[in-house]
Amino acid sequence: MNTLIEVRDLSKTFTLHQQNGVVLNVLRGLSFSVRAGECLVLHGHSGAGKSTLLRTVYGNYRPAGGSIRVQHQHAWLELVGAEPREVLAVRQQTLGYVSQFLRVIPRVATLDVVMEPALARGWSREQAQARAEHLLSRLNIPQRLWQLAPGTFSGGEQQRVNIARGFMVPWPVMLLDEPTASLDDSNRQVVLELINEAKGAGAALIGIFHDRQAREAVSDRLLDMTPQEQSVHLTAKELLQC
Amino acid sequence: MNAGAMNTVRMMDAEPVADRTQPLLKVRGLGKLYGPETGCQDVSFDLYPGEVLGIVGESGSGKSTLLSLLSGRCPPDSGVIDYRRKEDDWLDLYSASEAQRRTLLRTEWGFVEQNPRDGLRMAVSAGANIGERLMAQGMRNYQQLRAVGLDWLSQVEIDSARIDDLPRTFSGGMQQRLQIARNLVSGPRLVFMDEPTGGLDVSVQARLLDLMRGLVRELDLAVVIVTHDLAVARLLADRLMVMRRSRVVETGLTDQILDDPQHPYSQLLVSSVLQP
Repeated sequence: MNTLIEVRDLSKTFTLHQQNGVVLNVLRGLSFSVRAGECLVLHGHSGAGKSTLLRTVYGNYRPAGGSIRVQHQHAWLELVGAEPREVLAVRQQTLGYVSQFLRVIPRVATLDVVMEPALARGWSREQAQARAEHLLSRLNIPQRLWQLAPGTFSGGEQQRVNIARGFMVPWPVMLLDEPTASLDDSNRQVVLELINEAKGAGAALIGIFHDRQAREAVSDRLLDMTPQEQSVHLTAKELLQC
Repeated sequence: MNAGAMNTVRMMDAEPVADRTQPLLKVRGLGKLYGPETGCQDVSFDLYPGEVLGIVGESGSGKSTLLSLLSGRCPPDSGVIDYRRKEDDWLDLYSASEAQRRTLLRTEWGFVEQNPRDGLRMAVSAGANIGERLMAQGMRNYQQLRAVGLDWLSQVEIDSARIDDLPRTFSGGMQQRLQIARNLVSGPRLVFMDEPTGGLDVSVQARLLDLMRGLVRELDLAVVIVTHDLAVARLLADRLMVMRRSRVVETGLTDQILDDPQHPYSQLLVSSVLQP
C-alpha cells in the first residue's frame, strides 16, 4: 500500500506574547506516515497535543519545524512553508478535516453547507445535491431542516451536518477530531460506517477517538503522544484562551 | 425570463480562462508616507486570479493608504505595481497613461466604497447606475441596458420594480448591493473593497457577506478587501495581511493568522475581539 502522508520531526510551539512571552512546546520531534486505507489513531491524555497535531497538519496552526508532506495530485507536496493558495488547493482536493464543531455561515441553508466541498471541486449541482441528501438522511437530519440555516439547530444536529459536509467528497487524506463524540449509538454507528467506507475507498486517516468502542472499530495503529516530560500542565487550547 | 439579459451577462463573463498559475497583480516595495509610520511602506505581494486578500489592522495602520495606492487612485512614493491585463500583457500601473489607467478602473477593475453614496451616482436611477460602465464601453441599446439592469438587480437581491428609483430612496444595505452590481456589470477580474460592510446593521451585514461570497466564487474575482472586522475577514478572505504603523507585520492563510497568530501585534488584535 502506498504512503499518502508523511510527517517528519514535526514540532509546534506557541509563543504567548501577551503572557510575558511564555513559550510552550506542545509537539516535539513527531514522525509518522500513513498509507492508503489505513487509520492511525492518536493516543494520549488530554493536553498531549492531539488536536494541535491535527490542526498543524491541516495548516491551521503554523509548525515550528519539521516536514509535512502529502500526495497531492500525484506528486509530493511539502506543506510546511507552503503558500496559502497551495494549502487551499490541498484542502480542496486532498486533505479533509472533520471536527465536532460546525462553523456556521449566516443565512446559508444546511443543504448548501453540506454541498460546498463538492461544488468547490466542480461537481454539478444535481450530483452534489443527491450526495448531500443521501448523507443527511443517513445521519438522521430530518428533511424539513435541509433548507434552513443550521445556526439554530441543536449541538448534535450541527455536529452531524458538519460530518455530512466532511464526508461529502472522497478525500485521499482525512483528519478526524473526535467525530463521534457525544453522538447517540445509532448516529455513532453511521459515522463509523462512513469512516470505514472512506478507508475502503483508499483514504489515509488520522483520528482522535476518546470512545474506546469507536477506536477499536476503525483503528489500525496507535501513535503514542504521551509527553516524555510533564512540563505542560494546561492544554494549548486552555492557554490560548487565558 | 429575459434571455437578452442572460446573453449580455454571459458575453461579459465569457473571457478566455485566465492563466491561474500566474499572478494577476505583482506589488513590489510599495510605499507612501505622510509622516514617520503614517501611510504605508515596504509592501510586496502577489495576488492570483480568484484569490481574496484581506488587509486588517487598527485605524491609522495604513490599510486605506495601501488600498488607494493599489487601486490606482494615488501615486506611491516608491515601489511598482504590475497588473496582467485580459490581453495577457503586463501594465505598470503608474507608468501607464492616465487614459489607460482610467480604462482599467472602469472595465477590468472595480472599487466598492465603504459609503455607498461615494460609489453611486445619487441623482440617477438604479438602472442608470448599473448601466453606466456598459455605456462607457459603447453599449447604447436601451432594451439591452435595461435587461442587464434587471438581471443585476436580481443578482444582488433587489426587487426589479425598483429599477427606476433613485438610490437615495434605498436602504443602506440596498445601496451597498447596488454599488456592487454597478461594479460587477463590466465583468471585472479584480475588485477593491474598503470596509464594505462597515456602515451596515449586523443583520444586513450577514446578507451582504453571503451575497459577496457567492459572487466572488461564481465570477472568479480576485479581491483586495480592507476591513477591521476579523469575522468579515474570516468569511471572505483566503489570506490576510496584518498591518501596524505603516508596515505589514504578518501575512498568511486567514484561519492560521486568526487561530495561531505569530506576531505580538496580531496576537493582540485577535485576542482583543469581543466574543458575542
